[in-house]
Amino acid sequence: MSFYDTYLKIKNEPYEEIFASFTVKDVDRALLKTSLDEKDLLALLSPAAGERLEEMAQKAHRLTLQNFGKVIVLFAPLYLTDYCVNKCTYCSFSFDNDFPRRKLNPLEIDQEAKALKDMGIQHVILLTGESKIHSSVEYLAESANILKKHAASISIEVQPLETEEYAQLVAAGVDGLTVFHEVYNEEIYKELHVKGPKRNYRYRLDAPERGCKAGMRSVNIGALLGLDDWRKEVFFTALHAEYLQKKYIETDIAVSFPRIRPNLGGFSPRFDVNNKELVQAMLAFRLFMPRAGITLSTREEAEFRDHLIKLGVTKMSAASSTVVGGYANKKEDNSQFEISDTRTVDEVKNRLKQLGYQPISKDWDILADLEGENVFSNARNHNRETRAGASV
Amino acid sequence: MDELMIGETKLTNRLFTGTGKFADHSMMKQAFAHSGSEVVTVAVRRVDLEAGHENILEDIPPNMIIMPNTSGARNAEEAVRIARLARAAGMGNWIKIEVISDQKYLLPDNEETIRATDILANEGFVVLPYMNPDLMAAKKMVDAGAAAVMPLGSPIGSNRGIRMKEMIRILIEEKTVPIIVDAGIGKPSEAAEAMEMGADAVLVNTAIATAEDPVGMAEAFDLAVKSGRKAYLAGLGPVSQRAHASSPLTGFLS
Repeated sequence: MSFYDTYLKIKNEPYEEIFASFTVKDVDRALLKTSLDEKDLLALLSPAAGERLEEMAQKAHRLTLQNFGKVIVLFAPLYLTDYCVNKCTYCSFSFDNDFPRRKLNPLEIDQEAKALKDMGIQHVILLTGESKIHSSVEYLAESANILKKHAASISIEVQPLETEEYAQLVAAGVDGLTVFHEVYNEEIYKELHVKGPKRNYRYRLDAPERGCKAGMRSVNIGALLGLDDWRKEVFFTALHAEYLQKKYIETDIAVSFPRIRPNLGGFSPRFDVNNKELVQAMLAFRLFMPRAGITLSTREEAEFRDHLIKLGVTKMSAASSTVVGGYANKKEDNSQFEISDTRTVDEVKNRLKQLGYQPISKDWDILADLEGENVFSNARNHNRETRAGASV
Repeated sequence: MDELMIGETKLTNRLFTGTGKFADHSMMKQAFAHSGSEVVTVAVRRVDLEAGHENILEDIPPNMIIMPNTSGARNAEEAVRIARLARAAGMGNWIKIEVISDQKYLLPDNEETIRATDILANEGFVVLPYMNPDLMAAKKMVDAGAAAVMPLGSPIGSNRGIRMKEMIRILIEEKTVPIIVDAGIGKPSEAAEAMEMGADAVLVNTAIATAEDPVGMAEAFDLAVKSGRKAYLAGLGPVSQRAHASSPLTGFLS
């Protein structure tokens, strides 16, 4: 069983008709429920729900406050390398885009991590292009090892890996995995991912599940909005999140709602997703999964991000650089996509405080290697003793 | 003097508080000051000793006992590691064990909690396990060395009151260590209810931290806990579903 089986079952539903069939009454009914089903989710994503955004926002705000409190966890991406073997029409890192590629060495990684810590960032997400050669599991594990000295939590956003490979990284101290499926619509997926291993739809779709199996503490998924009808894509994303949460109840499942940004390839989104629609997408998801994380990146503009905070966001990036080596040596270079919110960490923190939220820089301690052997051997002895005791 | 003993420590106030979910530290500090609370739980994972004035420990009134918790632990091993981190960081000897391997309802894993209690009690910690109210599990935690047992009233942060009332009543009846009702208490009246039932203390975090006026709410909880405790000590009258006719079966004897 994989989410792909679910996808096959639901992919050919007449979504346009379904969305058009909902009325404001259906939306109101969904708003009154404490536990929402798929039909409610569709109603909240429908055009009819556009008339109930304020009500949805109020409830989303209340639920988020209750479940997560008045706090927002801050993080930033650290780009390790931009080598990539894929050709994707919407991404600057595509192998046929001609620009000098880089890969950080251990010393540079240390400098980047230190620079991030000095900025006030301790939750770091390691990013790479997709290349098993330039961003091998060994390289990622080594990077995590260096990061551990400066960070409190390490996530990865790299090419999809095997379960054992994810497990290797978990052992090295990585606790989070982000894999955006980009577009759930399989036909469009094939059109946009022209060359390279990323063309393998199923292998990418199952990557979050492999991460859960490998013991990642949190798994973040998302669709790149603008590649197909957002209502459909958000519906698939939410069902994917629910599928993972049900099956891997110990894993924190989070969702992002990235919108297409300008990039080197000059790709423009096929479907426009305006601010109101992005808000609706986020609210519908929050009401459907009140306990799930919602991650917000600096793709969005500062003022808009400030408004989104109260609508369900639990984690946001700050002062991001999408350039390899962009923190220790600030210079113009080729980025994966353009950043919209260019505020510093301190500026973001101060704004959060003004809005009545506590910015959280540290929300975990990397436990890998930490007195590790000791604890486990004690625990094992303890188990043996208990069992021995029971049998006497 | 109506005192509560946790391990070797005497407490006079029966409201425990927590640092989670507050909008800012100064609000939190004020709320604690008005709560009368003597014990505050802090998530170790949120403690940043290098954060200078932003270090949350700096904003906890010095008269309060810090009860670090293992929030984020998904099994006994992680809870043990986090507890040791807390001790190494100078957060004292108390530890509230939270082992939660369910991210949807945030329900504690009693089995792993018992294992962690055993290891940490042996290491000299004053162990207060957060648990799903189950008598057998509570007994095992006490046997393993728990200084108190902290059953949930409802799932964490749900503000739904004492939904586990019957099971908690049994824990209280059978208790050999203090019972502290933790999680789910959304209103002062519910805190009073737990205290009237005979709970030794309650832990309230979300309801105070996310109130519009956390300071006012902290005061309200303090009063409710005191009131509930007083009612319990004064001996509540028995509750009956209907009126009693006087001795319909034995009246002939008089």
